[in-house]
Amino acid sequence: MDRREFFKRSTVAGIAAYGYLSLGSGLSKFANPKTTNTDIYDLVAIKGGEPELMFDTAIQSLGGMRNFVKKNQTVVIKPNIGWDTIPERAANTNPKLIKQIIKHCFDAGAKEVYVFDNTCDNWKQCYSTSGIEKFAKDAGATVVPGNSESYYQHVNVPKGKKLKEASVHELILESDVFINVPILKSHGGAGLTISMKNLMGVVWDRRYWHRNDLHQCIADYATFRKPDLNIVDAYSVMKRNGPRGVSEADVVSLKSQIISTDMVAADTAAAKLFGMDPAEIDYLSYAEKLNVGTMDLSKLNINRIIL
Amino acid sequence: MDLQILKKIRVVISLIFMFSIIALYFDLSFTIQSNFSEYPLYLQFIPSLLSFISVGFVAGAGFLIIFFLTLLFGRVYCSTICPLGILQDIITYLRKKRGNIYYSLTKPFTKTRYIVLGITILLLFFGLSIELNLLDPYSSFGRIISNIFRPILILINNIISSLLESFNLYWISPIDFKGINLFSLVFSISFLSLIFWLSYNYGRLYCNSICPVGTFLGLISKFSLFKIAIIESNCIECGECETVCKSSCIESETKYIDSSRCVGCFNCFDVCPSIGISYKPRYEFSKTKEADTNKRNFFKNIGIFVLGSQLVLKAQEKIIEVYKENTTPVIRKSAVSPPGSLSIENFTDHCTACHLCVSSCPTQVLQPSFLEYGILGIMQPRMDYITGFCNYDCTICMDVCPSGAIQSRTSESKKLIQLGKAKFIKENCVVYNQKTDCGACAEHCPTKAVRMELDIEINKKAPVIDEKICVGCGACEYACPTKPYKAIYVEANEVHQIAQKPKEQKLDEVIDLKEEFPF
Repeated sequence: MDRREFFKRSTVAGIAAYGYLSLGSGLSKFANPKTTNTDIYDLVAIKGGEPELMFDTAIQSLGGMRNFVKKNQTVVIKPNIGWDTIPERAANTNPKLIKQIIKHCFDAGAKEVYVFDNTCDNWKQCYSTSGIEKFAKDAGATVVPGNSESYYQHVNVPKGKKLKEASVHELILESDVFINVPILKSHGGAGLTISMKNLMGVVWDRRYWHRNDLHQCIADYATFRKPDLNIVDAYSVMKRNGPRGVSEADVVSLKSQIISTDMVAADTAAAKLFGMDPAEIDYLSYAEKLNVGTMDLSKLNINRIIL
Repeated sequence: MDLQILKKIRVVISLIFMFSIIALYFDLSFTIQSNFSEYPLYLQFIPSLLSFISVGFVAGAGFLIIFFLTLLFGRVYCSTICPLGILQDIITYLRKKRGNIYYSLTKPFTKTRYIVLGITILLLFFGLSIELNLLDPYSSFGRIISNIFRPILILINNIISSLLESFNLYWISPIDFKGINLFSLVFSISFLSLIFWLSYNYGRLYCNSICPVGTFLGLISKFSLFKIAIIESNCIECGECETVCKSSCIESETKYIDSSRCVGCFNCFDVCPSIGISYKPRYEFSKTKEADTNKRNFFKNIGIFVLGSQLVLKAQEKIIEVYKENTTPVIRKSAVSPPGSLSIENFTDHCTACHLCVSSCPTQVLQPSFLEYGILGIMQPRMDYITGFCNYDCTICMDVCPSGAIQSRTSESKKLIQLGKAKFIKENCVVYNQKTDCGACAEHCPTKAVRMELDIEINKKAPVIDEKICVGCGACEYACPTKPYKAIYVEANEVHQIAQKPKEQKLDEVIDLKEEFPF
């Protein structure tokens, strides 16, 4: 498997990077003994800490960000910034997590880090109310609008069954590294929104998906450009009324995070964490059929960390 | 007294007024309008008057200030505060650059101007603002900026943005401009052309023949405490004052100045070589005399006009089809009026279609209407849920409206204003048609008035509406993906209602953070 080979090759670099971090960078002060394990993990699940600490720990157990971002590469980070709501409502990805990821990217030598989403509510208000614009800029990232069709380029989705073409944001097509940072939450139409559903925010015409079998389109698009890393934010989780939510009463604190290169696996694990049977979410099984990833978590090497 | 300096002061103040108003319309970042708009707009006569009628004293006292200012010094409003007047002065100024133009006293269009004014006032008593809608100088100026120049600005913005973008620079964000309303555009272009032609050739003729504000203030000017007059002892009869008078209201030979047409531009002060023209107390000089207008004819004309327009309004109240061709068309009884407008009637009565709300709406849901409100509401903004939906937390239109057609509310109380109610057209819905999941409407709903509930017949989750908590924001309609007709739409409330607060129930889940992962 490509992925496994990739991990194997990068393990050495990862250990080296970890050593470097623990000597030089302040990030390593959160290092957890478990992360020194040199096993090759397909998925890391972590809970019980703040978003930054959980990410530090989890990414180290995958050999550090240097496994994913090489020197002078451009990185695009796609959080969920869909709604004009404050972070406490958990409708958008946690801004602290985004900031921490950006820091790791720059520490790994990234030339440029872009952040964008094609929002549902007015984009400017979403970017600012979510706190993501500020946190991302503080960390040195370039926050890019996703609101204009001029940014989107037409692509074919050859493996798609119902979604054969789409208009995709140029940054997804041009950036060297694509990091998908969804937030786990309930969703009226799709059941749950996690990694795969989050990719609806990199295309222009979402209505087409809604018209033409939403679940199949989500699975179809997942065959196009798979993110190099999926970081599922499950720190605060909207349990109902998603994806926008009505109030903070919809939110529980799970203080968790799931990281994987496999979107299907990450989403399956996140669904279980949410308390939902992954079999109830059609797009997961559709995507598995299209070889996007696996729903069978028992086959995977999972690092479970409880802080 | 040498008052030459007045002209320079007038020019500076007028430019400040005009450019700050333009800035309101041109602010593409949607940041200054809601905080700043009250300053340049407070003194705009008609919006302030309407605001006074609908909201009350402090909010709309600007027109009283103008009233008393005019009672003191004549129509200085027309040259310093009115943006349309200032625009005409700029055109006249440019005309002079191309070669001199000499004005001389002309006959006033007495009948025309008083008829227009009379109709306007009478219509206002009937609660109809159609005339102001078409003739209010501030609103006309606003429409010119909003419909003609703002789109050009957006185009330039987008060209620069895309140039930068090709170098991977994202400094300027492009704006997806959604609404060009053809009627409003054509009307504004025609109006601008008319204004251009008139001011290029005849100075302030528009202000002295058509503009109801000009006529009204002119009427007051006749009795102003101070008036501009020729000082016989100083006058050397050079005639300069007459030739520079854009209002064509000075006759130097007879030393006559028509106060009702003088816009207080002070150009005559500026050119006079001998301080032969200046402000003088009116009541030491001579009493004014002006012929009465033909009252009988006047009222007859008005009567016919009002009757006619009411018939047209009735005819327009018929059902408006929003979409063409289809299985089940969406049929709306009326256009939806913006939050804070209280009712469609209140809105159409007080709106002068200045389009400031259209220009400041971040989601572009506010669009100029054509006949959706009826012919009398032509060009007044409506909620267009095809171009956007009303942002739940946003109050910008309520903050900027200068006329009280949209009244200011706090964000919390705005969230409970029900503009209309969502209606579901089952046979148009993807879930029932295609038997596939969708949920776009419920997804966007800020109050969960639209939610997805299992329909056992098809074993799929389908939209269910709770009208009590619906605010009519149109998010569901905007998001609905069906073609060509929407499966969910907002039916307007003729009179806005108060929605119930969405229910909040604490989740009683116990989370054990030390518990093992469920996988």
